[in-house]
Amino acid sequence: MIMRSMFDPLRGWRSPFGEAERMRRQLRHFSDELEKGLTRGRWSGVFPLINVTEDSDNYFVRAELPGLATEEPDISVTANGLAIAGERNLPDESREAKYHRKERESGRFSRMVTLPGHIDPSKTEAKLTDGVLTVTLPKAASSKPRQIKVS
Amino acid sequence: MSDTETKDLQVKEKQELSDSAEQIKPGPVFVPAADIFETDSNITLLADMPGVKPENLDIDLREDTLTMSGDVEPPDDSGESDLLREYRTGRYYRQFTLSEVIDQSKIDARMNDGVLRLILPKVEKATPRKITVKVG
Repeated sequence: MIMRSMFDPLRGWRSPFGEAERMRRQLRHFSDELEKGLTRGRWSGVFPLINVTEDSDNYFVRAELPGLATEEPDISVTANGLAIAGERNLPDESREAKYHRKERESGRFSRMVTLPGHIDPSKTEAKLTDGVLTVTLPKAASSKPRQIKVS
Repeated sequence: MSDTETKDLQVKEKQELSDSAEQIKPGPVFVPAADIFETDSNITLLADMPGVKPENLDIDLREDTLTMSGDVEPPDDSGESDLLREYRTGRYYRQFTLSEVIDQSKIDARMNDGVLRLILPKVEKATPRKITVKVG
């Protein structure tokens, strides 16, 4: 196997060090990719992409939904989950419009997120400003961090 | 439109700008998705720029180059810690070269729900005259 890869029928014998260098480069490339994948988070492949953060009292879920009016996204919450669904409609332009580019897309979407702890569904708030949705989900008392004094 | 069936939206990762000129302010720069269409009287450009406030949007038309850039203020999440980060925020930047002459004084830009709508009226051309050739 190694012997075969060291012999290139077009260029003759290659340096075994060259081959090792190539392998090392590939390995480095692979580990870079892996690192990139880890730092970017798990890729869900579901629209919309979300960012989830927390502080001691709340979870925050943010998503970019340009072109959606305030009443359009359908948000529902369970004890530890959040569902965002809706449809993005692009208004029909006049009949005489001739397109040069059409990169923006329309369609339906629905996404489910499971939060790491329980929340209080009744106090959940959502707002949509400048095409960015922010859902604030207050943590249930059971999932809030509790300070424990050492006696 | 012929197909009335709505399709599901697919996830599209933001396209990062790969420009030779480096930014002074560090941070990612994205290319906004845009629709451009033309009617007899104007060119309309629609661009998705979620998170850009109207006052942070900059549109510049110089000669025949249209530049639009928008800054996204990062959400006030200083006291928050990340659990999941699927998208990043940064500036939006895109340039187009226009082939038509635009009436600069009548450009109309609106920002609504994170979508820019830019209407570029064409300069009114002299109405075509029909010239009749007389026999004589």
